[in-house]
Amino acid sequence: MDAKNVLDAKVPEGPLEKKWEKHRFDLKLVNPANKRKYDVLVVGTGLAGASAAASLAELGYNVTALCIQDSPRRAHSIAAQGGINAAKNYTNDGDSVWRLFYDTVKGGDYRAREANVHRLAEVSVNIIDQCVAQGVPFARDYGGFLDNRSFGGAQVSRTFYARGQTGQQLLLGAYGALSRQIEKGSVRMLARREMLDLVVVNGRARGIVARNLVDGKIERYSAHAVLLCTGGYGNLFFLSTNAANCNVTATYRAYRRGAFFGNPCFTQIHPTCIPVAGEHQSKLTLMSESLRNDGRVWVPKKAGDVRAANDIPEADRDYYLERRYPSFGNLVPRDVASRAAKVVCDEGRGVGPTKLAVYLDFRDAIKRVGADTIREKYGNLFDMYHHITDEDPYQVPMRIYPAVHYTMGGLWVDYNLMSTVPGLFVLGEANFSDHGANRLGASALMQGLADGYFVIPATLGGYLASGGLDAVSTGAPEFSAAEASVTERTNRLLKVDGKRTVLEFHRDLGRLMWDYCGMGRNEAGLKKLLTAIPELRERFWKEVRVLGGNEEFNQALERAGRVADYLEFAELMALDALERKESCGGHFREESQTPDNEAKRDDENFAHVAAWEFKGDGKAPVRHVEPLKFEHVKLTQRSYK
Amino acid sequence: MSGTLNVTLKIWRQKDASAPGAFKTYEARDVSTEMSFLELLDVVNEDLQKKGEEPVAFDHDCREGICGMCSLVINGRPHGPDNGKTTCQLHMRRYKNGDTITVEPFRAAAFPMVRDLVVDRGALDAVIQAGGYVSVNTGSAPDASAVLVPKHKAEEAMDAAACIGCGACVAACPNASAMLFTSAKVSQLALLPQGDPERERRVLKMLDMHDASGFGNCTNEYECEKVCPKEIKVSHIARLNREFLRAVLCGPEEAKASAG
Repeated sequence: MDAKNVLDAKVPEGPLEKKWEKHRFDLKLVNPANKRKYDVLVVGTGLAGASAAASLAELGYNVTALCIQDSPRRAHSIAAQGGINAAKNYTNDGDSVWRLFYDTVKGGDYRAREANVHRLAEVSVNIIDQCVAQGVPFARDYGGFLDNRSFGGAQVSRTFYARGQTGQQLLLGAYGALSRQIEKGSVRMLARREMLDLVVVNGRARGIVARNLVDGKIERYSAHAVLLCTGGYGNLFFLSTNAANCNVTATYRAYRRGAFFGNPCFTQIHPTCIPVAGEHQSKLTLMSESLRNDGRVWVPKKAGDVRAANDIPEADRDYYLERRYPSFGNLVPRDVASRAAKVVCDEGRGVGPTKLAVYLDFRDAIKRVGADTIREKYGNLFDMYHHITDEDPYQVPMRIYPAVHYTMGGLWVDYNLMSTVPGLFVLGEANFSDHGANRLGASALMQGLADGYFVIPATLGGYLASGGLDAVSTGAPEFSAAEASVTERTNRLLKVDGKRTVLEFHRDLGRLMWDYCGMGRNEAGLKKLLTAIPELRERFWKEVRVLGGNEEFNQALERAGRVADYLEFAELMALDALERKESCGGHFREESQTPDNEAKRDDENFAHVAAWEFKGDGKAPVRHVEPLKFEHVKLTQRSYK
Repeated sequence: MSGTLNVTLKIWRQKDASAPGAFKTYEARDVSTEMSFLELLDVVNEDLQKKGEEPVAFDHDCREGICGMCSLVINGRPHGPDNGKTTCQLHMRRYKNGDTITVEPFRAAAFPMVRDLVVDRGALDAVIQAGGYVSVNTGSAPDASAVLVPKHKAEEAMDAAACIGCGACVAACPNASAMLFTSAKVSQLALLPQGDPERERRVLKMLDMHDASGFGNCTNEYECEKVCPKEIKVSHIARLNREFLRAVLCGPEEAKASAG
């Protein structure tokens, strides 16, 4: 079913370390006086969106930015705890742009584009400079210099942090830059807006249709280019670490309008989250990966050991990460740590009331450096854990379990971050990204800001300067058609008037996806899923009940639209997981594993990006392939032993 | 340990800004003590929808205390009974069987009503837009290590920068003042060398916008500090006052003029 390759990644010629510099020189420029003539729509104001909107407005473009929350400062980037990577080598421990590039390609299990990852590593150093200049209060040492810590998947300390609130501080930095442009009148900021469709005119992205969430009115926005910075789709699983408003609608609607969807099955399951407590659970809370610097992960050696953690003697504990991966120990990458937790729980050695948890123990660290030092490093995280679980992690080990956290998949983009729809650019988590099949910790913030501050300001100019963009007004028939289809769909949701709530359907879908397309996937399960999803979707459109009206503040209606899109998108994800018969990174096909249960890649057949093309409702989407060439990193079985 | 309890909820319902509002009473049975308060509202909303009643509108997003989207005045106190916590971090184990819990929106002249428990806090964004940033364009930054920042100053700046912009300080203040919110940003940037070049201009413009947005003045009630989920100290308001005096007495004329 693979189609002939139609994907041109537009990776520049020349040596790897010169590609970005050369490309920036080769790109056409927009004259400073002409920039104000170009309208740019930025959808989403997380790290990628806020940094892009601010930087483009600084250059002189006429920017309109939309966000789904009541303020651009609340995008989910704000919840990132641990830190941001940069190849500064301030710690003199052997880091370099090349090592960050290498670690990221390897960490992603060799499913990312080399040229993109190298560019990411190059600009990582500029990001830190930019953020410090904005007044981001990074952690510092007594000499006044910036402090660093280590993170999973790396053997150097290259992570910059602001306590356990790095994402918040970086986002507030970008929000400050955005606020400055709003005050100047260079950015028109529209909060509480949800993009419901992309408008394509003459084959180019020329605008969007959005719903004003306060009064429910459908609004049209036209532009010369559209930037989607709308994050990931982890909430497809119902339970995830994502914020409630995170959703797939913007990217999925763009997919239906012609943007190919890259690697939708690449999902990151984060190893250290607070376990599920009950049926009422609405979200899962992440405990920062940085905790694995000092916490030791273990379970009892024997299955069914019901003793309290502190009563289990050393000899009866299995520090399974240290045992299996002596050189990386507790700091193995996320996919490896998550799977290892699943393995011990499957063996019946899980802990806590549900037996779906492992211990993260700080006893030895507290003995070594004292409780005060641990409090200084992780105090807020310990408090958060204590508050949620009613257990004091200074006294008893934390209980943790993996949870859906991030999606490496997203809309396919070329080197310029442009999708297969000309004029539609995709940034941050929303694109299929530089993280391959597994993202390393502290790299999401890096990628969002790299795309927004440094990549798009260069590549967008190249697109706009190439010409061919006639004036388009929101009165164009394509806008009317998009608005009509959005309104029709909303009315249909309101008319079903069934018996079940949106949340019930969402929970059902989440359970299906977690069981059959979660940490372990196999052919039989995925095939089952491909029957179950359309059935659930059909039931949704017959049995859902959405109260209230269209033209009013209606949160149930908002959620209904998102869940309806999840119910379509889930099928694409399952299909992608089925077609990729190898294991790689976070995508673990049980049929393809090494004797010691590691993900076994099949480079012969799957060293490529799968990009899916929508062909219409009820028609099978077409799988396109972008082969990945590795000229600088040698493909090996990933080992953290 | 986990258990269940029954509680009575008195929730403010209001269709929109122009409609009259009133408390409505809902009984919640067999509530798990492990639930968060917002999960209780989820359950209430599920029941309401099953009965054909429209669910209660409330703002929420991250549900881990960092985005600042959730609000609610619970039994008269913004973000509920716990110090240093947002509403989404409140758990039902805090309550006893048979408790009655009153739930209202953040009320302030500067926060217009949207629906039920949802208000418009855009006035806080306007205050930041008036100068709560460092004017640096992308690409013009020097090396991050070029300017050193003493650890204690970086830490104090971080204490202020922890503000999540939820508006609880406004809701708690008898004057509906946003002075704690405003001071947090003024203080953060006044403590850091990067914020120095604009400090006079910043404090004057932000205070101007604060007043113009309909927030009241600070009369040292300290209610804000008590309810702040990030435990931001009123000492930042003291620093804001010093910054204001400094700007008025010794600031450049240009700064005073720009603040109108």
